[in-house]
Amino acid sequence: MEYMLFIATDSNPDDSSEPEPDIEEWVAEGERRGIRKQGDRLRRPSDATTVRVRRGEVLLTDGPFTESKEWIAGYDLLECKDLDEAIDYASRHPQARGGSIEIRPVWPFEE
Amino acid sequence: MTGVPAAIAAVHRSDWSRIVSGLIRVTGDWALAEDAAQDAFAIAVARWPREGIPEKPAAWLAVTARNRAIDRLRSATSERSKLREVAIMDSLTRQPDASIEDDRLRLIFTCCHPALPLAARVALTLRTVAGLTVPEIAAAFLVPETTMAQRLVRARAKIANAGIPYRVPPPELLGERLSGVLAVLYLVFNEGYTAGARADLADSAIALASSVVDLMPTEPEAGGLLALMLFQDSRRAARISNDGRLLTLAEQDRGLWNSVEIARAGAVLDRAMSRGRGAYVVQAAIAEVHAGARTAEATNWQRIVPLYDELLELSPTPVIELNRAIAVGMRDGPDAGLALIDELAGSLDGFRLVPAARADLLERAGRREDAAASYREALALTSGELEREQLAARLADLEV
Repeated sequence: MEYMLFIATDSNPDDSSEPEPDIEEWVAEGERRGIRKQGDRLRRPSDATTVRVRRGEVLLTDGPFTESKEWIAGYDLLECKDLDEAIDYASRHPQARGGSIEIRPVWPFEE
Repeated sequence: MTGVPAAIAAVHRSDWSRIVSGLIRVTGDWALAEDAAQDAFAIAVARWPREGIPEKPAAWLAVTARNRAIDRLRSATSERSKLREVAIMDSLTRQPDASIEDDRLRLIFTCCHPALPLAARVALTLRTVAGLTVPEIAAAFLVPETTMAQRLVRARAKIANAGIPYRVPPPELLGERLSGVLAVLYLVFNEGYTAGARADLADSAIALASSVVDLMPTEPEAGGLLALMLFQDSRRAARISNDGRLLTLAEQDRGLWNSVEIARAGAVLDRAMSRGRGAYVVQAAIAEVHAGARTAEATNWQRIVPLYDELLELSPTPVIELNRAIAVGMRDGPDAGLALIDELAGSLDGFRLVPAARADLLERAGRREDAAASYREALALTSGELEREQLAARLADLEV
C-alpha cells in the first residue's frame, strides 16, 4: 500500500535528551528496503501560493490554504506492506521527535 | 434457559469470534463477516426448535455463515464482491489449516489496534469479538444506535483503507499491543462494573479476558487482568446497599462475596504468577489479600503495603501513590498515612480521591471535625451520583 507522510511542525516537541535520529540514515534505510519512493522538504508557508477558481476567475492568495500554528514542512511517499510498517518507519524520522508526522493512505483512482 | 435457546447461547459464547474471524481472513470484509455470522445464528434460532440441534452445532453455524456470506456476495454485483466470492470458494477446496486459534487472536489484536480511536476499539471488540449486537452496545454506552453503528462503520473503513494488518503482532510489538488489548478489556469491565446495572459488559469483559488467557497462556498479564476482574466481580452482590448506595470494602457484607469466583480468580492468579509479574498481576494479588480477609479488620495490611511498593515501581502514578499511603495508614496508623498523603498533595491537587482518603484516615484517628471538612471537600470535587451518596452518608454519620 502507498502512504503519504506529511512531515509537520509541532509546538510541543519532544523534550527528552535522546539524540535525534539522522535524516540521511533514515532516507538510506527507506531506499535500501525499497519502502521510500520519494520525498523532500517544502519551503515555508510564507512562500506558498493558494489557487482557487470561482466563476471562471482564477483567485490567488499568498500563503497556505489554511492558517495554523503548525505547517507541513516536508513529505515522503512510501510503499509499505501495511500500516504497522509505515508507523514503524515514520516513528524513526527525526521530525517525529521535533514535530509530528501524519500518515495518509493513498487512495488509488481505480478503487 | 434450557434446550435450544441455551444451546444457541452457549455456542454463541464459544464460537462467535471463531466464525467471524475465519470469515474475515477469507473475505477481508468485516461487515460481511459479522452480518453473515449474525444471519447464521438467526437461522439457527428459527430452525433448531423444529429440526433439532445439529450434532456439531458450531460446525453447522460456521458452514451456514459461510453460505450466507456467499449468498450476500452473489446478490451484490460489484467486481470486489465477485473477487471475495472466489476467495471463499477457493478456501473451501483447501485443507483447513491449524490456525483457527490464531484467527481469533488476529481479530482481537486488530480490533484493539492503537491507530483506531479508543471508543471504536471498545465498540469493535464488543461487536466483532464478543458478538454483542449494535443496539446492545449502544444501550451499554448510552449513545443512540445510529451513533454506534456509524462508529463501527468508520472503524471498519479505517481498517480497510489505512491498511491496518489482520494479524497477531510480531514479537517486538507484542508486549505493547497486548497491553493495549488488556486496557480495552479492562475499560469494558469497568464500564460494566462501575455502573453496576450493566453487568453484561462486565461478563463480556471476563469472557474476552478468559479467551485471551486461553490463547496466550504464557503471558502473565493476561491472567493477571482476568484474576483482577474476577476478584472485583466477586463483590458484585455486596457493592450496593439495599437503598442503592455504593459500599466501601470495609462496609460490604463479605458473606455476599462470590466464593466460586474468588476460587477461580486465585487459580488464574497462581498460574499467571508462575509466568511472571506485571501491574495487573500485582493488583490482582492485592485484591486476593482483601478477598482472603473474613472481616475488614482482619485485612493483612502487612502483605498489602509491599505489593503497593512493587506496583509503584511497575507503574508510578499518583493514584497508586495515594492507595499506598492509605495502605500504610491502615498498617502503621492513620498519622503515618496522613503524612504520606501530605507529601503527595502537590501532584494530586484537585483529585477527588485525595480528600476522601484523608477524611477516612482522619476519622480513624478520631479527628471528627477535620474528617467532616475533608468529606465536604471531597463532595465538592465528585460528580458521580453513587460516589456522592457514599460520601454524603459518611459525612452524615460524623455530623450526628
